[in-house]
Amino acid sequence: MALVEIRDVYKSFQRDTQKIDVFTGLTLDIEAGSFTALMGPSGSGKSTLLNLIAGLDKPTRGSVRVGGAAVSEMSASQLAGWRASNIGFVFQSFNLLPVLTAYQNVELPLLLTRLSGKERNERVKLALDVVGLADRASHYPRQLSGGQEQRTAIARAIVADPTVMLLDEPTGQLDGKSSQEVLALLQRLNNEFNKTVIIVTHDAHAAERAKTTLHLEKGDLIEKPRAMAGAAR
Amino acid sequence: MKYLHLVVANLGRHILRTVLTVASVALALFLFASLRSVTTTMAAAAQFGGARRLVTLNATGLVFPLPLAYTNRIKALPGVTGLSWANWFGGRYGDGKNFFANFAVDAESYLALYPEIVMPADQKQAFVQDRTGAIIGDRLISQFGWKLGQNVTLQGTIFPGDWTFKIDGVYHPTDPAIGDNVLIFHHDYFDERIGRAGIAGWYIVEIDDPSRGPAIAKTIDDLFRNSSSPTKTGTEREFQASFATMWGNVSFLMSTIGLAVVFAILLVTANAMMMSARERTGEIAVLKTVGFSDKLLFTLVMVEAGAMALTGAAIGLGAATLLYPAIHFNGAGFLPGFKVATSTLIFGVLVALGLMLASGLVPALRAARLPIVQALRKVE
Amino acid sequence: MIPIVYNVRSVVQRPVSTALTALGVGLVVAVFIGMLALANGFRSALARTGSETNAMVLRKGADSELSSGLGRDVASIIAADPHVATGADGRPLVSPEVYVLIPLGKSFDTTQVANVVVRGVSDQAWQVRNNVKVTAGQRPTSGRAEVCVGSRLTQRFPHTQVGQTLRFAGRDWNVVCNFSAAGSAFESEIWGENEQFMPVFRGEVFQSITFRLKDPAAFEEAQRSLQADKRMTVDVHRESAFYAQQSQLLSNILSFLAIVITAIMAVGAVFGAINTMYAAVASRAPEIGVLLTLGFKPWTVLVSFLAESAFIALIGGILGCLFALPINGIVTGTTNWSSFSEIAFSFRITPLLLGVGIAFAVVMGVIGGFFPALRAARLQVVQALR
Repeated sequence: MALVEIRDVYKSFQRDTQKIDVFTGLTLDIEAGSFTALMGPSGSGKSTLLNLIAGLDKPTRGSVRVGGAAVSEMSASQLAGWRASNIGFVFQSFNLLPVLTAYQNVELPLLLTRLSGKERNERVKLALDVVGLADRASHYPRQLSGGQEQRTAIARAIVADPTVMLLDEPTGQLDGKSSQEVLALLQRLNNEFNKTVIIVTHDAHAAERAKTTLHLEKGDLIEKPRAMAGAAR
Repeated sequence: MKYLHLVVANLGRHILRTVLTVASVALALFLFASLRSVTTTMAAAAQFGGARRLVTLNATGLVFPLPLAYTNRIKALPGVTGLSWANWFGGRYGDGKNFFANFAVDAESYLALYPEIVMPADQKQAFVQDRTGAIIGDRLISQFGWKLGQNVTLQGTIFPGDWTFKIDGVYHPTDPAIGDNVLIFHHDYFDERIGRAGIAGWYIVEIDDPSRGPAIAKTIDDLFRNSSSPTKTGTEREFQASFATMWGNVSFLMSTIGLAVVFAILLVTANAMMMSARERTGEIAVLKTVGFSDKLLFTLVMVEAGAMALTGAAIGLGAATLLYPAIHFNGAGFLPGFKVATSTLIFGVLVALGLMLASGLVPALRAARLPIVQALRKVE
Repeated sequence: MIPIVYNVRSVVQRPVSTALTALGVGLVVAVFIGMLALANGFRSALARTGSETNAMVLRKGADSELSSGLGRDVASIIAADPHVATGADGRPLVSPEVYVLIPLGKSFDTTQVANVVVRGVSDQAWQVRNNVKVTAGQRPTSGRAEVCVGSRLTQRFPHTQVGQTLRFAGRDWNVVCNFSAAGSAFESEIWGENEQFMPVFRGEVFQSITFRLKDPAAFEEAQRSLQADKRMTVDVHRESAFYAQQSQLLSNILSFLAIVITAIMAVGAVFGAINTMYAAVASRAPEIGVLLTLGFKPWTVLVSFLAESAFIALIGGILGCLFALPINGIVTGTTNWSSFSEIAFSFRITPLLLGVGIAFAVVMGVIGGFFPALRAARLQVVQALR
């Protein structure tokens, strides 16, 4: 059984009076421990697919299962709780809370668990360590560089040890060097820690780091997934 | 609570805005407490006076006198254990800007009826023996700077001329019904100077059983119903209450203003909350993505509103409670015992909670109901 | 100059925020106008009571009619005085009057008692006080237990209409007329014949003697001459000044209250305006950046935002006036502590008061908008456009 199972999913949006079909019967599997890049032109539905996997949106028809859970059928409040422990989401524009320090931002998902203050402290420290920002824990987002902010966001995404990490254009707002740092980190998370990573990206360099690339065009996969002979550059 | 730092961090986002909002709430509740205290003080004054003493006035009007000849007949009634009389003097001190009550009494019998007038025995003795002496409530000491043993001169308004009294005693009232800013002097000196005798302004009748008050009052009035000066007798409390009603609609006015104030501030707080909520749509979407539930976010927004409302309330109500006793405010003599009542404090807190609900509800609901995907799209 | 249309459109684009701020300002203005209208009404009721052309004589040292007492001999002396004007019938225009207070239960709750003025008059009184007019019925006939009740009392106390019987001082009195007095304090009084009241109340003693000055400009002279007269000990007041002074205590209290309460509320409203404007500036930073890039000078940005804030406040001021207007003319009553008597008066809003209210609103808006406008003007283009 694949970690992410998308079965015959239909999704359409209402924009003013127009009905826009994004997916018309998409079927797709993503294996545990994989590093997948989703590519395609604007409007092809990449972000929508990510939202469906994360339970942020529901398909009009069809089913989405993640780690055995029927995500497309859960209620909003069930999904909230499920996301907290199963999904790590990273946005293009970082989306850190500017009024909280890096430490407090990373801690956010853990507040939703029953862990004690001490236990939370250990995990946050660990996550910040993994992303290489242990010395910036008490800095505010405005005191961090773009790359550092994104790495903090990644720390937040892994701190609760989620089943799958979803990243929407993670290097979109970063310069070359920061992009490299972030992508190297993702590879490490995938190789060393066995995290399942799915990124949506325009960036071919980013896609190269992935083990698998999926192309979406107008809601359809247009190429079979092909394994990339591996490695980081 | 582990989420507390989120609320605090949000309040610190725009410190100026938070401070201004809290300050507005504090101001509003200060004003609210002050206005309501005018009402409660007046109502409390109407509660003063026991039912153990009755007051007898001329039924025609309080400006008309009563013959002292009546007293013998009243004293003889069953249930009557004491009697004294007094006459309003209405003298003015200095420029008259500070009003205080002053009247003439039949000293020994009056002091016997009022154990609440407490002063050292030697002062009491001195007063009783000094025809041109007077006793004053301790508030007058702080108000005018008078001293024991000094002479004070009042300008007679109804009874013209300069009237000089020696302050023989300073009393402290143990019951707020007895004003602490009153000057009392001798009735026989009063009679002598105005060349009158056998007439008083009102009687104070002490009875043994308060529950028989209305019956005894009626008996007294029946006695004199057909005489030249018919009487109207009531308990001391009723007498005090009648003064309170003379204020007319002032109470209503204060309540209305109080309401307007609260409403105005509600608007300010609601405005601040909504402004800050609008700025945070993106963040709220992110929190929901991370897994914060709708209910949790609703609660956080409400707590934020509540923190501002209750802090402001604490400051405003606290200031009102502390300020007035500290400056000995008594409404230029018309509002003795002015203070913030416990009921006002409770009301104030309820108002603050209401403010919290009203100003936080819409933003909280908005946060709870925020559709994540749309909100994220706007941000990205 | 940045066109004002920009501000107007921006204001319209955030309706809720604008509405809330304007409403806050409006409430402050409404309370301000309301309270001053109350003080105004009270003061003008008393001011209109006295006439510039009349003088009032009281016993020396008395601070109100209530505490005064004058004998018939004093009335004769004054009637003969050369400073007193004579009426068309050749008689001196002198009105000696009895003045007492009686307790009357109010209509809505007779246990609530107010001290109402009962004034004994002679038929000269109706001429000396020339703003008094009978509105219903006939003046009391001499020798009868009849009274005339002021129009402000008829709503608020029972048994005061023409044809009814009022009971006080242990006797029944027929109400034979109602009178009005141009909104003055007399409208809260009960008038009857001197000779009827004297035996019932205080005996052969008047409380005041009011006369028409033959020459209103010669008041000081009349005052000096009468006060120096050894046959009597009196104080002479110009009637208008006397009543104005009677109103001082309560009207000062009301004005003081009005100012304190409004000041505190105004601070709150200003805070609201500050909040709104800061948020507006923050959310419109990119627009400001564009304006600056286009070449508009910073001070025009300052003026523009100030104008916007003032505009919102102006809306609030107008709202406030609209809220307050309905109370104009509402009659209320209280005790005038100077004379211890019940007086009814109506809220009185004047155009001047409305104008002051609106000006007050605009001032609040300008003060509230100042610092935010300053911040807008000081924005660096680079920052603003980011």
